[in-house]
Amino acid sequence: MSEVKGTGRVKRGMAEMLKGGVIMDVVNAEQAKIAEDAGAVAVMALERVPADIRAQGGVARMSDPDMIEKIQAAVSIPVMAKARIGHFVEAQVLQSLNVDYIDESEVLTPADYENHIDKWDFTIPFVCGATNLGEALRRINEGAAMIRSKGEAGTGDVSNAMQHMRKIGGEIRRLSSMREDELYVAAKELQAPYELVKEVAQTGKLPVVLFTAGGIATPADAALMMAMGADGVFIGSGIFKSGNPAQRAAACVKATTFWNDAKVVADASRGLGEAMVGINVADLPAPHRLADRGW
Amino acid sequence: MKVGVLALQGDVREHVSALIACGINPVHVRRPSELVEVDALILPGGESTTIAQLAEIFGLLDPIKSRIAAGMPVYGSCAGMILLADSILDAKDGQKTFGGLDITVRRNAFGRQVDSFESDITFDDGCPDLIKAVFIRAPWVENIGPGVKVLASVDSHPVAVRSAHLLATSFHPELTGDHRIHRYFIEEVAKPALEKVK
Repeated sequence: MSEVKGTGRVKRGMAEMLKGGVIMDVVNAEQAKIAEDAGAVAVMALERVPADIRAQGGVARMSDPDMIEKIQAAVSIPVMAKARIGHFVEAQVLQSLNVDYIDESEVLTPADYENHIDKWDFTIPFVCGATNLGEALRRINEGAAMIRSKGEAGTGDVSNAMQHMRKIGGEIRRLSSMREDELYVAAKELQAPYELVKEVAQTGKLPVVLFTAGGIATPADAALMMAMGADGVFIGSGIFKSGNPAQRAAACVKATTFWNDAKVVADASRGLGEAMVGINVADLPAPHRLADRGW
Repeated sequence: MKVGVLALQGDVREHVSALIACGINPVHVRRPSELVEVDALILPGGESTTIAQLAEIFGLLDPIKSRIAAGMPVYGSCAGMILLADSILDAKDGQKTFGGLDITVRRNAFGRQVDSFESDITFDDGCPDLIKAVFIRAPWVENIGPGVKVLASVDSHPVAVRSAHLLATSFHPELTGDHRIHRYFIEEVAKPALEKVK
């Protein structure tokens, strides 16, 4: 009986288990416990939530291994961590720490402005951000086992996540309606491998789980993303930059499961106190937009 | 027979597809009113702490417990196995289960994601050929009570068990497109159990 680790099925399967759930950004063990108690399916361990990265500026990097290990020790749910785009050594470090998923993330400062990490090289699965279908398929071609729409992290403004989900969904629907002999040009236009384009055209969905991220701050935001076809939701700054994190976290979990039941979303939205203040994406100067990182 | 899939969180879609391939048109169960409609239930893979918590908040914990006690056939994969277990090790503080299956399950027993694996295993009751089993941060069964039968093991740890009307696997047959375990649940576990209740 031979046991094979790190297969595509094991990597993509891990993401399947997270479906219908909320993955929460946490910066220490206490926050990780709050997230687990609120019903998070996983936590993302990082040193600063995107809103603080935005406010403080400077180069944002992989987190301190000590901090990641403390969070791993504090909770029983999966722990994810972020590596810079193209920084394969940070990814190797995270793999050596046994994190459960690596997010090759535009929220950190990119280490390579041309290449992403060759994710096939790793036993640990990767999630990558995408703003459109071509970008998603390029990441999958590099070995990503899960995709998340990027949104605009650290803003509390859901409009970019909405735009990316509509774009990805719309491009998938367009492929599904094409004649087979049109898919070659579609692949050229999407700048994505023909085989993956053909697979999406046939199945009508991405070959991996699609979560959404970036600017989700309320239960209604989470439900909106599920209604747009997301398999689940990442909430970054939205929880621990709000007035009552434990309650807001639990409310977002409920709204994600019962996204198509407005009464449950309404009940979950009651008395949550202050949401994160937020920034309108339209007010962000273009060089400060994280979603534009990655190519 | 009406089969439900507990649809609070996890790989619900894969179990639904597997059941459809077995000729069953399953229903999603998120509320007590939907539970009442079903004769048998599948507990999917997912995060057991999240599923247990949502089940409690939305009033499904006790109704599912009493249905199991009254003989409702249930199959649980991975998180579903944890939810069926009478007791769990390495649990989150205060983590609840539906219980009913007299086993002790260790959560994440095979390790973190880096240790997740695929293996061809023998499933000894009614499935003569090897089964491709996918283990993801998988639990194993540490102790079994009387009346519980081990159907498959990995490195001498039980990974598939059944008692009369309950079946649990720590792997995910719903991910492989091989529907023998689902068919086994329908034909060998659920149907006989429901006949008996009648």
